[in-house]
Amino acid sequence: MTTRRDLLRRGAAAGIVVLGGPLLLSAQQQEPLAGQGEAGLLRDPVSAGRARERATDRDNDEFVKALEHRLQCTCGCTLDIYTCRTTDFTCTYSPQLHKEVLALQDEGKTGDEIIAAFVAKYGEDVLMAPKAEGFNIAGYVVPGVAILTAGAVLTAILRRRSLTRQAALAGAAPGASVEANDPGVPVLPGGTGTPEELARLERELRELDP
Amino acid sequence: MTLLGTFALWTGLLLGAWAMLVGFSGRWHAQPALAVSVTRATHAMFAVMLVASAALWKGLISHDFNIEYVASYTSRNLPDYFIVSAFWAGQKGSLLFWAVVLSGFSSAAQWLTSARYRALLPYVAAVTSGVVSFFIVVMLFASNPFERLPFTPPDGNGLNPQLQNIGMIIHPPMLYLGYISITIPFAFAIAALLSRRVDTGWLHAIRKWTIMSWLFLSIGIVLGMWWAYVELGWGGYWAWDPVENASLLPWLTMSAFLHSVMIQEKRGMLKRWNMALILGSFLLSIFGTFITRSGVIASVHSFTQSNVGYFFLAFLLIAGILGFTLLYTRWDRLEADVQLESMVSREAAFLFNNLLLVGIAFSVLWGTLFPILSEAVRGTKITVGPPFFNKVNVPLGLLLLMLTGIGPLIAWRKASTANLKRQFTWPVLTGLVAGIAMVATGSRDFYAVVAIALGAFTTGTLVQEFARGTRARHKMYGESWPMAFGQLVARNRRRYGGYIVHAGMVIMFVAFAGMAFKTEMEATLKPGETATLKSPYGHTYTFTHLGVSQFEQLNRVVTQASVQVSKDGKPVGVINSEKRQHFSEPAPGVRQKSFEPSTEVGIRSGLQEDLYIVYAGSVQGTEEAVYRFTINPLVLWVWMGGVVLVIGGLVTMWPGSAGAGVTRRAQAGYEVQLAGAGSAS
Repeated sequence: MTTRRDLLRRGAAAGIVVLGGPLLLSAQQQEPLAGQGEAGLLRDPVSAGRARERATDRDNDEFVKALEHRLQCTCGCTLDIYTCRTTDFTCTYSPQLHKEVLALQDEGKTGDEIIAAFVAKYGEDVLMAPKAEGFNIAGYVVPGVAILTAGAVLTAILRRRSLTRQAALAGAAPGASVEANDPGVPVLPGGTGTPEELARLERELRELDP
Repeated sequence: MTLLGTFALWTGLLLGAWAMLVGFSGRWHAQPALAVSVTRATHAMFAVMLVASAALWKGLISHDFNIEYVASYTSRNLPDYFIVSAFWAGQKGSLLFWAVVLSGFSSAAQWLTSARYRALLPYVAAVTSGVVSFFIVVMLFASNPFERLPFTPPDGNGLNPQLQNIGMIIHPPMLYLGYISITIPFAFAIAALLSRRVDTGWLHAIRKWTIMSWLFLSIGIVLGMWWAYVELGWGGYWAWDPVENASLLPWLTMSAFLHSVMIQEKRGMLKRWNMALILGSFLLSIFGTFITRSGVIASVHSFTQSNVGYFFLAFLLIAGILGFTLLYTRWDRLEADVQLESMVSREAAFLFNNLLLVGIAFSVLWGTLFPILSEAVRGTKITVGPPFFNKVNVPLGLLLLMLTGIGPLIAWRKASTANLKRQFTWPVLTGLVAGIAMVATGSRDFYAVVAIALGAFTTGTLVQEFARGTRARHKMYGESWPMAFGQLVARNRRRYGGYIVHAGMVIMFVAFAGMAFKTEMEATLKPGETATLKSPYGHTYTFTHLGVSQFEQLNRVVTQASVQVSKDGKPVGVINSEKRQHFSEPAPGVRQKSFEPSTEVGIRSGLQEDLYIVYAGSVQGTEEAVYRFTINPLVLWVWMGGVVLVIGGLVTMWPGSAGAGVTRRAQAGYEVQLAGAGSAS
């Protein structure tokens, strides 16, 4: 015999099935794409890019980083090895070059020796900046020399002209040098102009300013 | 539509040829109707370029993949807003973009230029039409955006993921607008030389154009830096890439011009120099396009390279030879009205400022071209990368920063010792205090300390200038302090707008110096594991890897790695970094992966420092993630400096600015009366 309590139980169960079923089903259908567990598998690892190797302490070694900043990746990206291997994750060259740096370091080579080994193997263009020797010196020196030369010439010309001008002024109106600031700005009373000059300046400004 | 587009290009070419023929021939001197005809030709040219652009838009929007350009740079599932940027994402579209914008500027120049300079306009029309025609020729004979394929692919290649960024909707057009608008001052310069009207009149006609060009270049460059920072993922914003350098070159020469033109306007000096700067800026803008398009120098901007670079090289050489030959033939007419009075004057400071700006431009150009030179001389390929440019240019940049502070402190014409003492005391003290404070707090990076000290010095200069000007107005006119400040800027927008630009530059230089203190590390973390990194300010950041999720979004599968960040033990929030695998859908339900997975950086910006997190990938397809954590100090200030710089530029070019007043003052002999020291003009 079905008691009232059984009826309620069955009704509740049916309700759960009717109402909760779709929810449970949709929960199953909406299974998260994320990995499961502590380090679960990705559903679509290819979309996450090339598989990576675990980073080690040596990857963060300042000596290695500094060296790799001086060496260009050979993939054609124009970046240095460190930047490329930590930026362009599709590049297969920079991780390999990084390993070469580590291997040379393991051989006990100094920084300069590692750089020299790279130049010997990959050519001079593996350096992010050319060595300051031979023709390359021109690369470093020419801009500075050009600016200094132009500065010296400019100074000489200006000096000559200002002396000529001052000589002419001295003949025409002795003691006529003034501090004329930008005409758009009022000069403080007690500054460089006389009260008459300032009054005239103020009159002109009122008259001329839009 | 492609037929209409091609027809529009041919019509534009004919109109351009007519405008050049009549404009350069000078026959309009005798027959004024011809001058009207030339003006109308520029308007018509703009109209047909609009038609050509509409034709390409139609192809892009309707996914007409039979058009080679549409198939190359879009796909069916490309979000609509990136279809906008597809217009200039490729070379063919950007050539059309250049042509339509330049024809628009050309038409606007004819329309907006004051009647006083009407005599120059037919020449201006001839020059601008010539440049537009050059772009049309390149499109018609080498890089036609309306070229059709022999078949219709079911879907396009899609847009390069790195270009699917909001910055790329704004950055390239801004830069192009800067490059393109330089053509108008160039055209006026050529017109002034051809018509022998080389007084300062043509400078007044181009004043707004030069500031606008400089402003667009500035916005384009800063946006490009921002795009590189958020999109490329290497943790910086400037890599001295040849294409970046190419955008900097005309900006530097235009900056030099904006300073030196004041000397010509106020004192009638530097006429030849200013003419040369305008010609040089235009040529450098074309050079930038040549670098971008030719691939003659290796660059990360390789998505637009082709053989049209050599068209640009030929155009560059022809324009350069003609322009400078013309300048040479008018050399005597460009004699200065007056000579410099003193080495210690604002004019002299401006000259040295110009020397440095042009010197830096030369240095950047030299470094950019040195690999070619080296290969030609030694037969050996070399690389000239950031270490070279930093070594050569950082000291020059700091010198420029110093001159930015010195210039406003020195009086026009001649400064006395008392004037110098009064002007320099506070700014120098400010700079010294800042430098000492930096050293006292443990900073040992020489350039960073110098940059901060010079930044403080220049800030001192600017604050002093604003304070003195405001105080002067307050005292003389009885204005309230805010009113006095507002009026000070409003009454001389050019000067104080310029100071605001300088303030923006100071902010940016100080922010650049901040990058000397950046810290970074790589770490591999399983969910729940942590890594710690100390910031330059002494804070300890803890990064806890939460997990990796994958989901679909728009036209891509997103792999998102999440990191919980805490600062000195207090939670800061969650930062996500992503890998995005884009795909195309040639048919419903059919997917093809397009491009390699791209990286989206997770950034949390702050006033002190940015947290910059890059999800490098996963270990063996698991949630175990490899990260690069970087702490970049002061980066937010780079963008804020850029905003201040743009505000300053807008203040400078705001209508009703100094132009009329200054002209009237100059006409009234204002400077002569004030100085009482002989003629100034």
